[in-house]
Amino acid sequence: MTDTEARPTYKYVGTRPIRHDGLDKVTGKARFAADLNMTGQLRAAITRSPHAHARIVSIDTSAAEAMPGVKAVVTGADFPEIDIADAIHDEAVNNIARDEVLYNGHAVAAVAATTLAQARAAAAAVKVEYEELPAILSIDEAIADGAPLANPTTRTLFTGDTEPSNFASIGQFERGDVEAGFAAADVIVEREFTTVPVHQGYIEPHACVADCGQDGKASIWASSQGHFAVRSKTAAILGWSTDRIKVTPAEIGGGFGGKTTIYLEPIAVRLSQKAGRPVKLAMTREEVLRATGPAPASKISLKIGATNDGELTTLAGTMYYSNGSTKGFSALTGAMSVASYKFPNLELHAIGTVDNTPKSAAYRAPSAPQAAFAVETLVDEIAQQLGMDPIELRLRNAVVEGDPTAMGMPHPKIGFIETLEAIKSSDHYNSPVPEGAGRGFATGFWFNIGEQSSATVNLNEDGTATVITGSPDIGGSRASMALMAAEELGLDVHRITPIVADTESVGFTDITEGSRATFATGMAVVNACRELIEKMKERAAVIRGVDVDQVAWIGGAAVIEGPASEGNEPLTIADITAQAKMTGGPLTATASLNAAGAGPSFAAHLADVKVDEETGQVTILRYTTAQDAGTAIHPAYVEGQMQGGSAQGIGWALNEEYIFDASGEMENASFLDYRMPVASDLPMIETIIVEVPNPSHPYGVRGVGETGIVPPIPTLANAIAAATGVRMTDLPMSPPNVLKKINEK
Amino acid sequence: MRYAAPTTVDEARDLLTGNPGSRVFAGATDLIPQIRAGRPEPSVLVDLKRIDQLVSITESDGRWTVGAATPTSALTGNDAFTAAFPGLSEASGLIGSDQIQNRSSWGGNLCNASPAADSVPALVANDARAVIATGDGTRTVPVEEIVTGPGQTSLADGEFVVEFEVDAPPAATADAYLRMIPRTEMDIAVAGAAVRLTMDGDTCTAASVVLGAVAPTVIRVPEAEAALVGSTLDDDTLAAVAAAASAACDPIDDKRGTVEYRRQVAGVLAKRAATIAAERAGGAS
Amino acid sequence: MISRTHVHCTVNGDEVDFLADDATSLLDALRDELGLTGAKEGCATGDCGACSILVDGAVNCACLMFAAEAEGHEITTVEGIADGDHLHPLQQVFLEEAALQCGICTPGVLVSAKALLDHNPNPTEAEIRYALAGNLCRCTGYDKIIHAVQEAAVQLNGASK
Repeated sequence: MTDTEARPTYKYVGTRPIRHDGLDKVTGKARFAADLNMTGQLRAAITRSPHAHARIVSIDTSAAEAMPGVKAVVTGADFPEIDIADAIHDEAVNNIARDEVLYNGHAVAAVAATTLAQARAAAAAVKVEYEELPAILSIDEAIADGAPLANPTTRTLFTGDTEPSNFASIGQFERGDVEAGFAAADVIVEREFTTVPVHQGYIEPHACVADCGQDGKASIWASSQGHFAVRSKTAAILGWSTDRIKVTPAEIGGGFGGKTTIYLEPIAVRLSQKAGRPVKLAMTREEVLRATGPAPASKISLKIGATNDGELTTLAGTMYYSNGSTKGFSALTGAMSVASYKFPNLELHAIGTVDNTPKSAAYRAPSAPQAAFAVETLVDEIAQQLGMDPIELRLRNAVVEGDPTAMGMPHPKIGFIETLEAIKSSDHYNSPVPEGAGRGFATGFWFNIGEQSSATVNLNEDGTATVITGSPDIGGSRASMALMAAEELGLDVHRITPIVADTESVGFTDITEGSRATFATGMAVVNACRELIEKMKERAAVIRGVDVDQVAWIGGAAVIEGPASEGNEPLTIADITAQAKMTGGPLTATASLNAAGAGPSFAAHLADVKVDEETGQVTILRYTTAQDAGTAIHPAYVEGQMQGGSAQGIGWALNEEYIFDASGEMENASFLDYRMPVASDLPMIETIIVEVPNPSHPYGVRGVGETGIVPPIPTLANAIAAATGVRMTDLPMSPPNVLKKINEK
Repeated sequence: MRYAAPTTVDEARDLLTGNPGSRVFAGATDLIPQIRAGRPEPSVLVDLKRIDQLVSITESDGRWTVGAATPTSALTGNDAFTAAFPGLSEASGLIGSDQIQNRSSWGGNLCNASPAADSVPALVANDARAVIATGDGTRTVPVEEIVTGPGQTSLADGEFVVEFEVDAPPAATADAYLRMIPRTEMDIAVAGAAVRLTMDGDTCTAASVVLGAVAPTVIRVPEAEAALVGSTLDDDTLAAVAAAASAACDPIDDKRGTVEYRRQVAGVLAKRAATIAAERAGGAS
Repeated sequence: MISRTHVHCTVNGDEVDFLADDATSLLDALRDELGLTGAKEGCATGDCGACSILVDGAVNCACLMFAAEAEGHEITTVEGIADGDHLHPLQQVFLEEAALQCGICTPGVLVSAKALLDHNPNPTEAEIRYALAGNLCRCTGYDKIIHAVQEAAVQLNGASK
């Protein structure tokens, strides 16, 4: 079901063709990084820290080097020292430890050998002498008075401090008069919420193959969300210029933000350089969970005031977010994501902390789900206390174009109201709540971003086309690129081949993140197609011997207009390309841009849940999501993003968590005990695509990848409250935690 | 490490007794991850699945004999077996995904000696016996005597379970197994309860109540059994069953559950399983 | 010292011979010895199903089998599901219904779904969900996968009537 504002009629945009890369993926031919094999390839393995925090006293690699099949061993000493002020410092140190190990699982050394078994055996034989240091394992420990330093290289962002600190960042947003706002409020609700780290949970472990030649140049095949970033980061960590590295994107088996950072490539390149052979380096699942990813833990104290007639007047609070072992922006991003309601009075303190858990990484709408858990739970309680319908309360306070976000910047054109209305008129909302169940509702918001993209469109001799971009395709974006090119050119979508090219074959393109690929890279594709159309009009003018201003592009063909139209049939793309040699050569166009005007996307979710009050188990009976996509280029993959985001949010809400023992070792580093939703845990996820076009994009696209993960946590918390009367404030809402709250009732 | 696939029990016995540090396997669903995680490798891996006797299900004169390496999918797919032992069939079918079901076996589930093994409480509730190949013959022991603690069994070096025997239940008798996991699949039991009841009309005349995942080994709960026998499974009885089950627990706090949670939920599962077993046995509860 | 075993089996209809380290999983043998990289390693502990294959028609995790165990068996991987240049209905419906995003779980899901439909041509939604519970997908929320399996079942039943 799609709610659509009046818009132009499109021939291709908005259809659901079979994706171009689909066949390879259903037949097993698609090549992910770990599927690649080079002649003479070695396999590599990493030695990881068994301590959460320790000084590296010494590393003895001699025994490992002497083992059968071993061709190269590297440690932190094989990489250049990087100044702590350098932007790449934290990621460099996260790739391989230098003076200190900062979390259990931190890479210390790596081995390349003829076989994987040999590499693993040798990695285990690297002798590291550690001097254990006090480990900080939580936000509370990090901020405690006199707490030892988790990472001596951390300086607090935005403060100018030059001394090391466990505070990663300190920020504040204010508007209006919070004190007066609460004084005038009729209803005030206040709670503290905590969340634990969760992993992105992509099914493909990180992997790459690196081949460094004797000329000092390296080729890398990597699964990443941005191969240009793999190039620049690898070069920076190695101290190389970027021209020494070529990165070819392999198919990527899920990222969700977690493959915007790198972990393996510099190590694989150094091993390959030392061994003079290609090296494949892939993580195990245990390594993925111990040493990559997570979304940050948080602790949020929030207070909201409202008037009896349902105006949300005042919001105040403090948001702590952990960044894991290095500094980061997670707290700031969390506070920034508080942007759904007008709140004339607002005061938010955003404090990031550092500890000895894995360095946190982006995860789909980073930091927003934690904040939404707090805000949307309290808004639900206000609706409950005022006896108002939860959607009506939100409609009364929803931001529209021009209203400020927490940062103060005005929202551009947005579709929050339309999204709320979509749920209000849904079949689900208008059906009775099942016997014994509870219904929960909540909303979410994400900014989305633009950034830099490049695209080249080549017309082939027979009038088919190739669309070349630099945006790794995670969820079907190649099909979206082809659809937009099809619409522009008037060419059947399956006469267009969309590909993602290596770093030497297409212009620079930023990472696939911030829901930007279809928006920004799509815009580059559109621009390139428009340039091609101008060129084709010129060629048509030459062919027909008319002035170019007499040529129009209509329905995928050059149409001669005016007096010369008589007897001149329209020239199709194939007609024009067939004569390209005589009219000026091949037809190709390239466009690059730094996209502005990313369209924020709102989502609203509705869930019916049943809670077993004797076991604490939550069963989701029905789940509906509505989200503003701007324009859905390929609606099936928009729905897929909404459903996938919902499922991840549901997992985060109910059962996913990092469990650390007292020493900081992750106890559940497996898919058995890191409990992501399985098929039998979920109902169908009903989708309503709302389309309020983004005026900054030629087709009105808003990013859709991220917002879907924001509402599920409060949606389920509110549903559990409706079912049981118990307000869940700590994640996960797993059976033991839910039962504990029920027992306390 | 060497792989061997004997086709007779004698051949397997010779491999085990002739090679110190060797071990048998059926599904290897735990063994392979353990080896990958760096556990010491066995000298010889003895694959039991090529021995016909170990992969078979037979019924004769009211006695079911199940080979120790028989995949649990063969049990859940066996209608006559499932009709006779609905709870034991359910418990067997809960060991992992369909992929695992084609590998997992009673022998492996038991001899891994995990306190959380799903099939074991139901085997014990049905008084199942294990036939063990010894150095020079076989011995038959009750299943509940095999596991002595987490990862520990009473099997001597070189011994392995050949098959299980379980007698078809008497009239008006049925079993049920319930477990608690955080998801709906793919988890290890946080608590499990198997109950077998014999009913005379509405009245319970015999009861077995066995819990899993709440103590170092599966445990019988005689107090719960006593509460059930002679009752009509009224609310007070079920409350007593739950209380007795909770009290019998000796659980641990770990990543899968807390002591308090396991204790409380074991009671809930025991009373619910009792209700299901009574219904199956023809009682009116 | 790891010894090696000569293995003779059928893979996707072809008889193959290979030499397996006795500690090697069938997944590693398929991927590294036989060049069949359709089955993926997502966890190597049997918890994600990305390596699902059929052994004599029964779904298994290739990561939980020793390669040597394949002796004499018929192995089917995702590469063996299509019939020449005709996709299996499941493959075709997965494409049409957009039942994949990143595609890393897709080979295992297809193999599991095929095992289900081979044994149960008319599964309910709940049966499909439990049959695929051993196949983690992190992209789709399973919705379109379940719909696709339902549609493939309809098509297969239609074709067999």
